[in-house]
Amino acid sequence: MFRNQYDTDVTTWSPAGRLFQVEYAMEAVKQGSAAIGLRSKSHVVLACVNKANSELSSHQKKIFKVDDHVGVAIAGLTADGRVLSRYMRNECINYFYTYESQLPVGRLVVQLADKAQVCTQRSWKRPYGVGLLVGGLDESGAHLYYNCPSGNYFEYQAFAIGSRSQAAKTYLERKFVSFMASSRENLIKDALFALRETLQGEKLTSSVCTIAVVGVGEAFHILDQETVQALINEFEIVGEEAAAPDQAGVDEPSAADDQAAPVDQSAAPMDM
Amino acid sequence: MTKQQANWSPYDNNGGTCVAIAGADYCVIAADTRMSSGYNILTRDYSKIIQLADKSVMASSGFQADVRALQKVLASRHLVITWDLISYYYNKQMSCPAMAQLLSNTLYYKRFFPYYAFNVLGGLDNEGKGCVFTYDAVGSYERVGYSSQGSGSTLITPFLDNQLKSPSPLLLPAKDAVTPLSEAEAIDLVKTCFASATERDIYTGDKLEIVVLNASGIRQEYMELRKD
Repeated sequence: MFRNQYDTDVTTWSPAGRLFQVEYAMEAVKQGSAAIGLRSKSHVVLACVNKANSELSSHQKKIFKVDDHVGVAIAGLTADGRVLSRYMRNECINYFYTYESQLPVGRLVVQLADKAQVCTQRSWKRPYGVGLLVGGLDESGAHLYYNCPSGNYFEYQAFAIGSRSQAAKTYLERKFVSFMASSRENLIKDALFALRETLQGEKLTSSVCTIAVVGVGEAFHILDQETVQALINEFEIVGEEAAAPDQAGVDEPSAADDQAAPVDQSAAPMDM
Repeated sequence: MTKQQANWSPYDNNGGTCVAIAGADYCVIAADTRMSSGYNILTRDYSKIIQLADKSVMASSGFQADVRALQKVLASRHLVITWDLISYYYNKQMSCPAMAQLLSNTLYYKRFFPYYAFNVLGGLDNEGKGCVFTYDAVGSYERVGYSSQGSGSTLITPFLDNQLKSPSPLLLPAKDAVTPLSEAEAIDLVKTCFASATERDIYTGDKLEIVVLNASGIRQEYMELRKD
């Protein structure tokens, strides 16, 4: 993507009908560390790579519990993600106050998307620089959604965002047909395998990743380090030397449920 | 020119009585399940007790519509605050003394159109000791060893004073602290309180709901009371 005279503010269209500021915001998502989500009929698993800046600091929080039945994994500007999580939590609390029942996930993501859209149509605002993988359970089953800075949202069987997410997506595309009927354990296993793909040679240990699960009879919670390490050992997921084909930032357009096309193509990303 | 009188009241009193007793490592919270209006019984099976957090249970008598509204507001406010807590400390729930302050603030918020609710909050403090907090309608509260609120409180409180009040009039504030009674003895005492109050207070009766909070968790018990 190159600088041009139509990218100064979000309220300026380009002659090709694109809003460059929004596309730049989506770039920010691609630069963030990977986040992955998968779902079955009864469970949703969110996984993300958690790299600390230095040995002295704590890990960046990338998975947030929003309510007992919903959680979110983010990639991009984590501060924006934190703020949006607080918004989502409040929406869930208010809905429960009024209706004494859980806010359906589908409604939550629409509200989130509408909030993101506002920032693409105000000259004094900027788009949120964070992509959210919203995983939750409601009366209509288990759901996984991706909310992007453009204000669009999509439902997925499985998805990955952030840097080197293409490697994870390739893995998920191979296996997603089996996810719906998958057991909870196999779903977590696939999440860990997909996560390993994004590490590209680095060893997968519980200190570099975070896993969260929500399901029927199981409130959203983040698995603790020991449990994750035990699962890694059990499934014998160690770092592989084989490098995945893609690099960070230049994502090849792939089939089926992928969505973020590189900007040098004619179709603007928000159209999908 | 006589002063204009209101031709309706936003409040009603649904009667009922609540009691709570704090022990060394437990807390007993009890309330009858009768809901009345004037000389009529609306229902014999209405719970006045709600669990607000891991270790906080509230019983409220008075106007049950206000009680229910208060319970909902507290539940929401508790969640909002807990999110801040668990953002930083994973899995930390609000403590009972903190909930006590929250309840006080929530009540005072409506100082000029109060919740017609007379509350007792019971639970375990940060050290695992039983604690009871007693309130008036606008949020004035105090930590005590035991308390009673509602229509039967005037009958029950003197009896509890006799049984539980420590003989230390020289100590200020009165060091009632927690009762040395065992959990089973405290439950028995509560049952006695209500059995007696039911005899003389027309608004108390039907069934007694007892909630016990201790280190192993929370449990519920019921006892039948006179239905007249």
